[in-house]
Amino acid sequence: MIHPIPSGTRDVLPDETRELRTITEAVRHVFEQAGYGEIYTPALEYEAVLSRSDLRAARPAFRVFDERGQVLALRSDMTVPIARVVATRYANSEPPLRFCYFAHSYRAGRPRARQAREFLQAGVELIGSPAPHGTAEVLTVICRALDACGLRDYRVGLGDASLYPDLLRGVGVSDEDAARVLDRLVERDFVGLEHELSQLPLDDAAMALLLRVPQQRGGADVLRGPPGPVADAVAGMRRVQELLAPEVGERIIFDLGLVRDLGYYTGAVFEVYDPALGAPIGGGGRYDDLLGRFGRPLPAVGFALGVDRLHVALAGEERQIDRAESVDRAESVGRAEPVDRADQVEQARRP
Amino acid sequence: MSPTNDLIIALPRGALFEPTLDRLDRLGVDTSEVRANDRKLVFEELGIITMRPSDVPTYVEAGAADVGITGKDVLLEQASPAAGEARRDVYELVDLGYGRCTMVLATAGGPDPALAALRRLGIVRVATKYPRIAASHFEETGRQAEIIEVKGSVELAPLTGLVEAIVDLSATGRTLGEHQLVVREEIARCTARLIANPVAHKLKARAIDDLVERLRAD
Repeated sequence: MIHPIPSGTRDVLPDETRELRTITEAVRHVFEQAGYGEIYTPALEYEAVLSRSDLRAARPAFRVFDERGQVLALRSDMTVPIARVVATRYANSEPPLRFCYFAHSYRAGRPRARQAREFLQAGVELIGSPAPHGTAEVLTVICRALDACGLRDYRVGLGDASLYPDLLRGVGVSDEDAARVLDRLVERDFVGLEHELSQLPLDDAAMALLLRVPQQRGGADVLRGPPGPVADAVAGMRRVQELLAPEVGERIIFDLGLVRDLGYYTGAVFEVYDPALGAPIGGGGRYDDLLGRFGRPLPAVGFALGVDRLHVALAGEERQIDRAESVDRAESVGRAEPVDRADQVEQARRP
Repeated sequence: MSPTNDLIIALPRGALFEPTLDRLDRLGVDTSEVRANDRKLVFEELGIITMRPSDVPTYVEAGAADVGITGKDVLLEQASPAAGEARRDVYELVDLGYGRCTMVLATAGGPDPALAALRRLGIVRVATKYPRIAASHFEETGRQAEIIEVKGSVELAPLTGLVEAIVDLSATGRTLGEHQLVVREEIARCTARLIANPVAHKLKARAIDDLVERLRAD
């Protein structure tokens, strides 16, 4: 008998659970060492409370009515619930506050792109620690956690959510036009971006700047370039960079075009990449205004790693190492016995 | 660095194939092996993989290819909000300019049968290979349509009375004319686009920027 489950959800059986557990235990250890206390919150919240953060940020995809007709929503991330916890349960506590979580969240997703509708995240929130120190701390925790899992080739993209809006405002683009331009950037559509900009009354220099800046990404030399309207954001990124230990700093890709598709980010934003996976493993950023909407105005920063994606990336790196080793072996074996022996080695090692 | 900068590039077979290879030739990639091998899919030394155009975003989004070339029509069809799905998570980097064609709404000549159907029956039947583009076009223009997806020659559908209108890609308008169909509305202008995987765009930034620059300069 086949009894279906909703698309984008899945059962996790013991072999996989064991591997996932290895990952979450390694990450949990790092989080705890760094002083982040683990919490749980309900998967279901009142929609009205989640929406305080603004609907675009909370974007609950699944809602139900309870027996009294109240609208409940499945959380779409842990950042908003933790903001609620801080405002209600820690209303008088002295910041900074450090929380971590290992929890499932729910979004409308496309199963085809490994975007599950239910997904497990491992993350931290650092409340009451402003930029640049809070940002640098969280970046460090991300790298320590990924190191602890044994991920080798990851990089962390660092950008600033206010950079491009500042730039648009700086060259005199109205908020309404800016929103349309930003949509194209969020969609990663540079052809559309150029088209939107060409509709605006901009001089050539402004046009060139608006097209060039979001494509700039790479090492610290990216931060030396652009003056003028983006100077604040770039100076902020440089201050973060100065606080990072070398082994963390060398993981960073400075990315002036990095935007995250969540309404609440106000400053630094980040994304984690690994060559073994075609999509980011996780991300986060500063959300200095969100806590204020729950009545406890505090600067904050956090990130979440997709545990399933991290697992896939680790498995992908393992395969690459295996392949490299088998090529080495094939080459040394190959001198004595040609190709087909090498093929056997290769095949035996493939999963 | 190899001509494609050690990137894996997904190329569309079909109408865009020749002009795409011509373009790569001008960048110094020797594509003669690709031209000579109709049925080969992977050209490892060149970093080239070939597939149908509508598969290019799939391979690029998943990271099986770093970059790819496909038509804007394909990107639109896989991104239309009417489908209730987010667009493909890929960067759209360059409008390559070639493969120019137009997504059109066409009907039989004479009095517009689509208008008559909307007025009298409240709904128009539309045949297309691009159900999402067609659906969102009618949704955005506030008209009701029954979208009928066909896989073969779309022109057959209005000639047999299956539908009153079609949504299809037209390069020269010749095929439409041959079947006595006339263009009623232009929905979108489409050209070939260079797309990139979002992780490759960060981790292989230099190689991708170099390719973009050379394609723009060409």
